[in-house]
Amino acid sequence: MAEKFTKSMARNIYYGGSFFFLLLLLGLSVDTVRQLPKREHREALTEHVIAGKGLWETNNCIGCHSLMGEGAYYAPELANVFDRRGAGNEAAFKSYLRGWVNAQPLAIPERRKMPQFNLTDAEIDDLADFLIWTSRIDDNNWPPNVEG
Amino acid sequence: MKYESQRIAKPYFVFAMMLFAGQILFGLLMGLQYINGDVGFPYIPFNAARMVHTNLLIVWMLFGFMGASYFLVPEEAETELYSPLLAKITFWVFVVAGVATILGYLLVPYAELARITKNELFPTMGREFLEQPTITKIGIVLVCLSFVFNIGMTILRGRKTVINMVLITGLIGLAVFYLFSFYNPDSLTLDKYFWWFVVHLWVEGVWELILGALLAFVLIKVTGVDREHIEKWLYVIIAMALISGLIGMGHHYFWVGPPKYWLWMGSFFSALEPVPFFMMVVFAFKMVKERRREHNNKIATTWAKGTAVMAFLGAGVWGFLHTLAPVNYYTHGSQLTAAHGHLAFFGAYAMVVMCMISYSMPVMNGRPQGNSVQAQKVERIGFWLMCIGMLGITFALTAAGIWQVALQRIPEAGKALSFMATQEVLKPFYIARLGFGLIFTAGVAAYFASFVVANKNGKQYPDANATLAE
Ligand code: HEM
Ligand code: HEM
Repeated sequence: MAEKFTKSMARNIYYGGSFFFLLLLLGLSVDTVRQLPKREHREALTEHVIAGKGLWETNNCIGCHSLMGEGAYYAPELANVFDRRGAGNEAAFKSYLRGWVNAQPLAIPERRKMPQFNLTDAEIDDLADFLIWTSRIDDNNWPPNVEG
Repeated sequence: MKYESQRIAKPYFVFAMMLFAGQILFGLLMGLQYINGDVGFPYIPFNAARMVHTNLLIVWMLFGFMGASYFLVPEEAETELYSPLLAKITFWVFVVAGVATILGYLLVPYAELARITKNELFPTMGREFLEQPTITKIGIVLVCLSFVFNIGMTILRGRKTVINMVLITGLIGLAVFYLFSFYNPDSLTLDKYFWWFVVHLWVEGVWELILGALLAFVLIKVTGVDREHIEKWLYVIIAMALISGLIGMGHHYFWVGPPKYWLWMGSFFSALEPVPFFMMVVFAFKMVKERRREHNNKIATTWAKGTAVMAFLGAGVWGFLHTLAPVNYYTHGSQLTAAHGHLAFFGAYAMVVMCMISYSMPVMNGRPQGNSVQAQKVERIGFWLMCIGMLGITFALTAAGIWQVALQRIPEAGKALSFMATQEVLKPFYIARLGFGLIFTAGVAAYFASFVVANKNGKQYPDANATLAE
């Protein structure tokens, strides 16, 4: 670095730059928080969806699966599992999910195992509602195809 | 060692290394589970192993940063630590909270742990990296508060060097952004948006300040280069880190709900994020080249250069690889993400902690000019095996990620392979990853062995300063 560039200039860039971009981040965050209700369809965020999110969390589903591409990469993406397995039919998806969750763990040797969580049918339906709601969030068209 | 109270760093480092060993053990377990899903099931399902692996990582980073600060701050401030007793109490509180939480992950199903810890009263559990029960989170906040207070009071009492000020800014930021882990709204998109305020603003924000400060400290010590010069570099590096990293957070907002403008904002600013990491490389090599003294702790210098290089590769190069929205559209949440996560975390934060340990442990053990030549040799073997092992893991996962994208994401629906079928095809890469994981583990073992060797022939390296330090 040229000698003309002094330590106090460097310090000013640090203070000025971080202050400016912190403010910009705050502004963008306010705008994003304002836009999210529409993009996620908050009007459809029912008690069941909320209960489903709670179950998603307390059973640590994110420890194996990804949801909107975030989480673990051991098991399939689930933000679009409704599109993949439900084919647009909520009732069909719910009965599929009950069957799937209750059948775990599958007795296929060496296959990656999903634990048995001992959930009630009502709980599985809540999880289904949560996943259906999630599949409808405007996520700029991710993932590229239905396989997630 | 100039101040007696710096010695409090030692238990922090020792415990950090024990957690590191645990982290690697569970990494190997998951490496096996990726190949054979029956391993450990149902006793330690993959999700439990993963929580233990990543939470041990985070907690040992925190122990490492704390130990590093307790060593560094009094020396920079030229005064004893404000309260060594508080630092000791904090240590034990953190140990108990940490061990209890990890045991909780392992001994009961997660849902049971949530029940026991009354998660329903204040639900914060069940989100990646933030799996800790709410009560543990509160404990972590208290530990951080006590730590930042102790460090802050020490700085207030003493010399306010640039390194100290940058470090404390990073540490306060760490504590403040962790508070977002208590915000768990019903809305998934809000939840995800602010989840990154912990994760991204840590590793691509305030932790870079900590990284820069620790690196600068070690470089001053081993090279004797003029402080003014080093401080100027430090300011430029952290300025670039925050200028690029704050809005660079947008690279996590592409596909999780936030508006479209993040696509180009996140791409543009995060594309600048490698700059501070590149500057760290130039900085480290330039300082070593312009050194004013020959320090006998050669391996500490190696760690300092190695940290800069590996952090640049992991965060800079592997981060850039998938940070532009059109690329990330295909790679998001693939094995490529895991490749980057590993090399970045190891290269930047695991290595900077080991760099501090490598410099400060010999000092605390009464060997200010470093360990014996034999011990340094063993440590060097550890250094290289870990670096090679981690690069191998990264290449294996990168290949897996690219292949995964090619099979599962690029073909149109109908032609694309399902997730599970793709994973089956990727098995050879996972076997390679496990092999490199074993090399990495051998590196950790050699690194630990170097401490034993150092203690055994500690007296073989007499030098003029040794008597001064004791
Ligand atoms: C023997 C060495 C290691 C092995 C075999 C290993 C294996 C794994 C596996 C299988 C995962 C889970 C990936 C998934 O979700 O599907 C993981 C996650 C992770 N590991 Fe390791 N690991 C090792 C060492 C390390 C080290 C040394 C670090 C950092 C210093 C590290 C940091 C991480 C991080 C940050 C994640 C989460 C990644 C993400 O969310 O993208 N690991 N590891
Ligand atoms: C030392 C600094 C860094 C560390 C420790 C780090 C670590 C990580 C980890 C663990 C993840 C996975 C998070 C998850 O589980 O969802 C991640 C994701 C990501 N990182 Fe970094 N990172 C660092 C710096 C960077 C930089 C400088 C860039 C850009 C140039 C970058 C770009 C990304 C991107 C684009 C993702 C999202 C990947 C995806 O879409 O799946 N990272 N990082």
